[in-house]
Amino acid sequence: MTSTTTTRRSATGSVALRGVTKVYGRGANAVLALDGVSLDVAPGEFVCLVGASGCGKSTLLNLVAGLDRASGGEITLDEGVNPGLMFQEPALFPWLTVEGNVEVPLKLRGLPRAQRRERVAELLRTVHLADFGRKRPHELSGGMRQRVALARTLALDTPVLLMDEPFGALDAMTRDILHDELERIWTERRLTVLFVTHNVREAARLADRIILLSSRPGRILWSTEVDVPRPRRIDSPEVSAIAAEVTDRLRTEVGRHGQ
Amino acid sequence: MASDTLTTGPRTDAEITGLDALDLAGREQGLSRLRRLWSATWPKLAALGLALAVWQAVVWTGWKDPWALPGPGPVFADLGGYLLSPMLWDGLATTGRRAAVGFAAAIAVGLVIGLGVARVRVLRAALGSMITALQTMPSIAWFPLAIILFQLSEEAIFFVVVLGAAPSIANGVIHGVDYVPPLLLRAGRNLGARGVNLYRYVIAPAALPAIVAGLKQGWAFAWRSLMAGELLVVIATRTSIGAQLTYARELSETTRLIAIMIVILVLGLVVDSAFGAADKAIRRRWGVLDQAGQ
Repeated sequence: MTSTTTTRRSATGSVALRGVTKVYGRGANAVLALDGVSLDVAPGEFVCLVGASGCGKSTLLNLVAGLDRASGGEITLDEGVNPGLMFQEPALFPWLTVEGNVEVPLKLRGLPRAQRRERVAELLRTVHLADFGRKRPHELSGGMRQRVALARTLALDTPVLLMDEPFGALDAMTRDILHDELERIWTERRLTVLFVTHNVREAARLADRIILLSSRPGRILWSTEVDVPRPRRIDSPEVSAIAAEVTDRLRTEVGRHGQ
Repeated sequence: MASDTLTTGPRTDAEITGLDALDLAGREQGLSRLRRLWSATWPKLAALGLALAVWQAVVWTGWKDPWALPGPGPVFADLGGYLLSPMLWDGLATTGRRAAVGFAAAIAVGLVIGLGVARVRVLRAALGSMITALQTMPSIAWFPLAIILFQLSEEAIFFVVVLGAAPSIANGVIHGVDYVPPLLLRAGRNLGARGVNLYRYVIAPAALPAIVAGLKQGWAFAWRSLMAGELLVVIATRTSIGAQLTYARELSETTRLIAIMIVILVLGLVVDSAFGAADKAIRRRWGVLDQAGQ
């Protein structure tokens, strides 16, 4: 599934989807989750996918992450790119400390011990958890756990970050702060982010581009560039205006299913 | 595009640290170690005292002759002497070695079968229900066959110990592997753990609590099978604990008989609580143990 043609721009983190289709089940019970989704994400771009239930947002991320196989179409990543995936749950390993969790991808890549330590310390500083390395996940709050998960994903050293409603389970204040954090890290590391959410304001706060997906099957309905300068505030009038527009379109789409 | 982020940087740092501090406030507490220990110990001591009192009371009613049912006094006096005699320690060495070898073999068999059934669909269909069926079979019922196959030998005992313990261990492994949270599997695969590494980094540690529970149950079966075996399969040259129990009955030495029973009880309890401690340590690490330490 990886492109062999883009040698000069290797590992810059572009993501391309061409007519991606996903069918679950067979025969009469088959469900079309994604129907011909085509999308080009530029390196360093922050794209938010917004949609109601059943729009196949999570399916899409799983396909890009390579955890599931598309039924049709093509997904192209730059040479050697394995995207990092974050979930709504932190999905930390409870048998490891915070450091241990962040270290797992480094171990799996075969980094020597000294280098691993250095990297873990650096990543924990990045997410402001330098003092919590020896703690276990259950000793941290939800927001802190999600930051550990972010550090662990960043340890993959991948230019592409896939986020599946990562802040959906957090309270509003924690979420606001994590938006700032994510924006900072995204800028510093020039990441490509594909961010799934049903929170329209969150999308307007974070995205360079918002893509609206339809439900059952998931198709791209509409998209818009978000031209609000950064850093943004989630409660600024510009962000709110964009959120309102997306919400209207989302409601129209949801209403279509009630008829 | 984001040139202004630096100006918000310090403010955000302070906010984050503050929020973390608020989130974690009041989480670290708990009773002192000594008080926890005491609150866990005194009910056990009270129950033990009550049991001894009931025992003594029954003896005092004169229901049975003192040679048939001696009181706690003579039994503990005999136990004192028994603990100092080489006879006990020889017996313990034999029984302990059998327990260790038999249980180790059961672990090996149980792990292999458990992993096989958990991984291979055909094996699951073939063996899954058979393992549970084996568990319901009282292990002492295997002895007549074992004695015919292996005569009155240690092999007969090992045969039954492994048959008794391995199904529980296998079931623990199967259960553990089956219930690894799918989210952790997806996370592990995304972090680059595939094939053997997925087992090493995700499945094995995630299954550990269930495996320890299986080991604990397997040990209980192994210990029972071993005692049954030592009572039935008496090898004259090796005075195992079970054999000594048989001798004590044949010689009507009831004080010694009960003293040996107490040794067996305590041994079983010690190993069981070792598994209990392992289980608790795991649950504490995982954060699925509440503050009271229950």
